[in-house]
Amino acid sequence: MELVVKELGVARGGVRVLEGLSFVLGAGQALILRGPNGSGKTTLLRVLAGLQPSVAGRISVSRDSVAYASHADGIKGQLSVAENLHFWARLHAERDITRALEAFDLRALQDRLAGALSAGQKRRLGLARLMVTGRPLWLLDEPTVSLDSEAVALFGAAIEAHLQRGGMAVIATHIDLGLTSARVLDVTPFRARRPVGDAFDEAFL
Amino acid sequence: MIALLMRDLRLAVRAGGGFGLGLAFFLIVVALVPFSVGPETALLARIAPGVLWLGALLACLLSLDRILALDWEDGSLDLLATAPIPLEGIVSVKALAHWITTALPLVIAAPVLGVLLSLPAQGYLWLIVSLLVGTPALSVIGTFGAALTVGIKRGGLLLSLLVLPLYVPVLIFGAEVARRGAEGQAVQVHLLLLGAITCGAMALLPFASAAVLRVNLR
Repeated sequence: MELVVKELGVARGGVRVLEGLSFVLGAGQALILRGPNGSGKTTLLRVLAGLQPSVAGRISVSRDSVAYASHADGIKGQLSVAENLHFWARLHAERDITRALEAFDLRALQDRLAGALSAGQKRRLGLARLMVTGRPLWLLDEPTVSLDSEAVALFGAAIEAHLQRGGMAVIATHIDLGLTSARVLDVTPFRARRPVGDAFDEAFL
Repeated sequence: MIALLMRDLRLAVRAGGGFGLGLAFFLIVVALVPFSVGPETALLARIAPGVLWLGALLACLLSLDRILALDWEDGSLDLLATAPIPLEGIVSVKALAHWITTALPLVIAAPVLGVLLSLPAQGYLWLIVSLLVGTPALSVIGTFGAALTVGIKRGGLLLSLLVLPLYVPVLIFGAEVARRGAEGQAVQVHLLLLGAITCGAMALLPFASAAVLRVNLR
């Protein structure tokens, strides 16, 4: 299992934001994306997740090996913490949610309605979802928003455990997660030179 | 897919799920008709099939924007799109969940409300049959409309405008089956046409909905 990205170009709203981006990520490795706001980190992650098409280049990963976590956690407030996790687990044909509950310290909260959780607790639930997908490549968009330092440590440990099992992670973050083996990729040098791509305007769609 | 269906059903019956919204609207509309057109039994019996069908259709329309908008707002739709189920399957399950939570209660309530409108005894069977055959098309077409307008703030009005013309054939043939049944005429041709619309919609529209959703998620 390897993620190879070659000469990738991505666009947002018909405007190219990144181009010529290449990197290779092997099993057990993590990549941290850095760059100022609006530099295309989120767009890059969405392209890798298969949620939007790239405008150039190639990605060597099948959509079935990707677990994506965006700014929104996809949590239903009317369902309990355990019900939320069970749903995502069953959707990905997994059974066990106890490991995910324990990794993010949600054991005591599992019967609470997700709507009654604090922002940080919701975030922890959203990240615990990654563990029940059983997928090797995690794409994380600002995962540490509203987490306290303790939860950030839990999250760092969960990523380390995931990498140890041969998983991969691409993380857009500005916080030091304490990952020893992670490489850092600054996307600023890959900013698109030509703002508009082809004659065909994607934004029109 | 069963997991998704169970989740949607559970969400619909929990607090704030909007389970009773369509049903309550249907009850109110039909209960008010005798007050507005007068208690004359012969007149009510004549318009009963049409009123029941129109009420059911508008009640369906009322809950359409919840099919995908809620999942869009909390980010679940992005996550569902990366799940192992193809998007075609997801929109089909969503339409099925909408049918079970919205249309099925209407089908069950319709004969009870038929009494209020003095529907002739022979009309009940065909009223239920026509609703059972026709309402799946309403849910599937509605899901297509919801996929078109997902991500648009306050897209409910646009959704209604887009979907209403597509509902017209279903209404024409559905109400016609119910009317002919009530008057003791042959219903076969119209019932078959209604069934054809439903089958066609269920076979083709999930692909259109999924394609539209893929564009809207970009």
